[in-house]
Amino acid sequence: MSDRHEEPEAVIAGTSMGGAMDLGVDEAETLEKRPGPDGAGPEDRPRSLWSDAWRDLRRNPVFIVSALVILFLVFISLWPSAITSGSPLKCDLSKAQEGSQPGHPFGFDGQGCDVYTRTVYGARTSVAVGVLATLGVAVLGSVLGALAGFFGGISDSVLSRITDVFFAIPVVLGGLVLLSVITSNTVWPVIGFIVLLGWPQISRIARGAVITAKQNDYVQAARALGASNSRLLLRHIAPNAVAPVIVVATIALGTYIALEATLSYLGVGLKPPSVSWGIDISAASPYIRNAPHALLWPAGALAITVLAFIMLGDAVRDALDPKLR
Amino acid sequence: MRTSTHARWAVCAMAFALATAGCGGGGDSGDSEAVLSASWGDPQNPLEPANTNEVQGGKVLDMIFRGLKRYDPETGEAQDMLAEKIETSDSQNFTITVKDGWTFSNGEKVTAQSFVDAWNYGASLRNNQRNAYFFGYIEGYDQVHPEEGEQTADTMSGLKVTGDRTFTVKLTQKFSTFPDTLGYNAFAPLPRAFFDDHDAWVNKPVGNGPYLVDAYTRGSQMSLRTWDDYPGDDRAQNGGVDLKVYTDNNTAYTDLLAGNLDLVDDVPAAQLRNVKNDLGDRYLNTPAGIIQTLAFPFYDDAWNTAGATKVRQGLSMAIDREQITDTIFQKTRTPATDWTSPVLGEDGGFQAGLCGEFCEFKPDEAKKLIEEGGGLPGGRVTITFNADTGSHSEWVNAVCNSINNALDDERACTANPVGTFADFRNQITDRKMTGPFRAGWQMDYPLIQNFLQPLYYTNASSNDGKWSNQEFDDLVDRANQETDTAKAVDLFQQAEEVVRDNMAAIPLWYQNGSAGWSERLSDVKLNPFSVPVYEQIKVS
Amino acid sequence: MGRYVVRRLLQMIPVFIGATLLIFLMVNVMGDPIAGLCGERQCDPATAARLEQEFGLDKPVWQQYLTYMGNVFTGDFGTAFNGQEVTELMATAFPVTIRLTLIAILFEIVIGVTLGVVTGLRRGRPVDTGVLLLTLVVISVPTFVTGLLLQLLLGVKWGWIRPSVSSDAPFDELILPGLVLASVSLAYVTRLTRTSIAENRRSDYVRTAVAKGLPRRRVVVRHLLRNSLIPVVTFIGADIGFLMGGAIVTERIFNIHGVGYQLYQGILRQNTQTVVGFVTVLVLVFLVANLVVDLLYAVLDPRIRYV
Repeated sequence: MSDRHEEPEAVIAGTSMGGAMDLGVDEAETLEKRPGPDGAGPEDRPRSLWSDAWRDLRRNPVFIVSALVILFLVFISLWPSAITSGSPLKCDLSKAQEGSQPGHPFGFDGQGCDVYTRTVYGARTSVAVGVLATLGVAVLGSVLGALAGFFGGISDSVLSRITDVFFAIPVVLGGLVLLSVITSNTVWPVIGFIVLLGWPQISRIARGAVITAKQNDYVQAARALGASNSRLLLRHIAPNAVAPVIVVATIALGTYIALEATLSYLGVGLKPPSVSWGIDISAASPYIRNAPHALLWPAGALAITVLAFIMLGDAVRDALDPKLR
Repeated sequence: MRTSTHARWAVCAMAFALATAGCGGGGDSGDSEAVLSASWGDPQNPLEPANTNEVQGGKVLDMIFRGLKRYDPETGEAQDMLAEKIETSDSQNFTITVKDGWTFSNGEKVTAQSFVDAWNYGASLRNNQRNAYFFGYIEGYDQVHPEEGEQTADTMSGLKVTGDRTFTVKLTQKFSTFPDTLGYNAFAPLPRAFFDDHDAWVNKPVGNGPYLVDAYTRGSQMSLRTWDDYPGDDRAQNGGVDLKVYTDNNTAYTDLLAGNLDLVDDVPAAQLRNVKNDLGDRYLNTPAGIIQTLAFPFYDDAWNTAGATKVRQGLSMAIDREQITDTIFQKTRTPATDWTSPVLGEDGGFQAGLCGEFCEFKPDEAKKLIEEGGGLPGGRVTITFNADTGSHSEWVNAVCNSINNALDDERACTANPVGTFADFRNQITDRKMTGPFRAGWQMDYPLIQNFLQPLYYTNASSNDGKWSNQEFDDLVDRANQETDTAKAVDLFQQAEEVVRDNMAAIPLWYQNGSAGWSERLSDVKLNPFSVPVYEQIKVS
Repeated sequence: MGRYVVRRLLQMIPVFIGATLLIFLMVNVMGDPIAGLCGERQCDPATAARLEQEFGLDKPVWQQYLTYMGNVFTGDFGTAFNGQEVTELMATAFPVTIRLTLIAILFEIVIGVTLGVVTGLRRGRPVDTGVLLLTLVVISVPTFVTGLLLQLLLGVKWGWIRPSVSSDAPFDELILPGLVLASVSLAYVTRLTRTSIAENRRSDYVRTAVAKGLPRRRVVVRHLLRNSLIPVVTFIGADIGFLMGGAIVTERIFNIHGVGYQLYQGILRQNTQTVVGFVTVLVLVFLVANLVVDLLYAVLDPRIRYV
């Protein structure tokens, strides 16, 4: 799974921007119709896209719930000891596969480790993988995408073809190949791998958004006034192109967390003594008949986390897309 | 919660039993035409006898070939198969007579030449045979398989055909148990068809065993059928075997439960708790010639100090073998107390308790010994293993947890999975290990020599830790030259004591073979190599 | 149109070369495959050297790549370690995976589009909320968990299906694996269709059609659906390549001997020839599928013209 999450968001966010790179810019009309910061909105008081969106979000229960879940996850990632006193590495084989009992609400896994404690501590790794990989993908992808979109011509062709090259490699396959020889037991190889094969997704979105923004009158005006390229890109174009990137990145974050679990299932994910839901799910999956609890708790936590990020992204997209109001 | 799950499974298994009992006939008679299906793994190398060094390919060779000797499926004792007699007066020159009346399934006669050609082929460098070193004792091996450069001969000078059914073998040194090694697959005879049209042979191997290859779809399935004109007395009791490739032994087990498969010869560790409920007495768990150990990188100075011996002994005593074999392996493995295997038998050199207290779980003394030895190098150990095969991560994690609990340090021991077996072997070959690592040994032939020499002799092929000890080497050399078996075994045991005193490797447990089968089958056995004795299986 | 296709085909060449080079380098990073061939013992140096020579591993990487690509253009994809031609492996693996992918795509189209249309027309109703929630759950549970659970429940506990797929892999045995493989994409197709339908429902041409008094059915199928399908087609088109290469997990769970299985085996054994060969074909499939999707645009949306 997870290896084909790229395209859908691309499509959702930009209405077919993903495959439309050769069709010119008029495809991205969704973005053009947005009220610009110049105050072309229908109401009297000039309002920006962002304040509009924020007003929407505050009233959206989906956003509130998912944001609360994410805040809670971030909290236990930073201070897991706040809600558990045990250690995820303290395991007693004589308790292997035992069910729920006082002090151990989720029971024990195949090694006799406390499932509750491991599930709590697993949040940190999963959130770290998701957040850091998304940051990396967003930065690398937006920079390359923006450059391609802004300069056009040869540099666009070259960058777009490079994007295609990385896009063409199946993600799970790339993970198997690259991560199978990694000996480090930190989260960095997994993050690095996701960034390496994940950036084309953001890059395509960013490129399309920049091309659209570039056409706006105020950008043309600024250019006519002699603004430098870097000023144009940073001050005028970037603020208007960042919305779709944020939307896709939020949704992608959830899928990256799930991807880590899949890699662990294939034996190339994180390594001990890292504690992650992926490691626990894959270790418990053969024992599904005897100790389903060891599988279901971390899998449930993973699903809720992924769900929270995807719903957040969904809510943000709805808020940023005036067509759907 | 768990009880109810178990009850449901029991009902399932019973329903299944009733359903299949209806269509079978039951009874012991067996249908000699019926074909059974069995789980298989994709062999890594082409199925040439001298090129197959893993169990999955070995399974097939065991069905389609018969060699000079054959290891008794139950006792493991080497018995004459195609050999009429093997004579020697000095343990160095052997005269071998092949029995009359044997043919390959394509009609060719099995002659002395069939063996000599096969062995020369196996030894020759240009054929890239993985098991070439098995011929290393034969005179002239250096010329056909030099360590470097081109080979200067195509045939080994130590092999001479002296008659239609006789040939002589000259070894470079005395090797009293040489005849007993001849049951290994690498020594199988080959028909002319193998040499004349090699590609065709590899696509559909032809041998002289009780089964013929009927169809072979590589990576997916091999259909073997009983050879009607098989001249041996161990004719197949069934009509044939369909070997089906499974990537995951868990899926194979699931298929057995669902009635899509008749025989599984590797019950996954995760299902061992369910076996009783699922299969009842259609399950077998017998000792096999496999021992699991932890080897150490003796090329790393940290593990080669005077104190390191105590650290290794301490680590060994920190492992609760009893609990791990009970819980993780459900008693399908037995805590090891020496460095060989129970399948050798007392006479063959197995000696329970040779390891003494160093293989017992004594957490307090373990901690003390490790401290006396200077502590763990860097305060930490990692146990390296390959994560792609077997249920290794389960036991490595359990061993680490046991060590951590004994030393009262949650991070003293960490499991270090390596993604692929190939990379794991690379790290070993390139001497990149920094701590203990998994070392499993499945015997090639049931001799104590095979458990010691390849693993601990200086620069031996499977001496992965590069341990080297003059005293051990001398004892092994003397044992190999000893013509009296009992005396040879005694010398090998003395050598094993040297291994113990240095804790060259930590013995973990003896591995059993396990098999589960459907209602259709009876008389299922595993040989000491944990391979099912297919030809004896009866299908109803 | 013709010029556009030619331009796209020309653009494929550098992408193809780049992608194959990338995978070649990646597999090469995995290191020396020879050590894994000798079991639990060290290969003797002479044999190891000969094996390296036989598989061309003794040459520098760039030379290996050139030789390999040269051979590929003559139809020679090399030999796997077990002595089998990679083309032979492909001949057995691809039909299986193509069948699996077909079933998955069929699920996406039939179930995904139907659910999408239903929810898109009933935005905000309980059906919509229910399906939306379901798709989110499907997306957030990893495929291997879904697969293992379904296999256990349907295959073993209730005995409705075979828990694994036989070596012939006929269509009926591939239904459940196909559904598992499709599950995540199916959820996306549903959401995509729903958004698209909801958006187009308020467009002028639909209002006109309704105002003209056309039957509701005709409006939905002829006007609404046709115009809403563009993003869905894009997605499904791109999904073909991902499904074929991404079947590693599904094929592993259900013991299907297709492309994913061969790739997994190839990677475990560090068999460069197998991995690069299969990925090369997958990259081609991916590129061609993308081209076909872009051409379909013109069919579905007359406003788009290729020059």
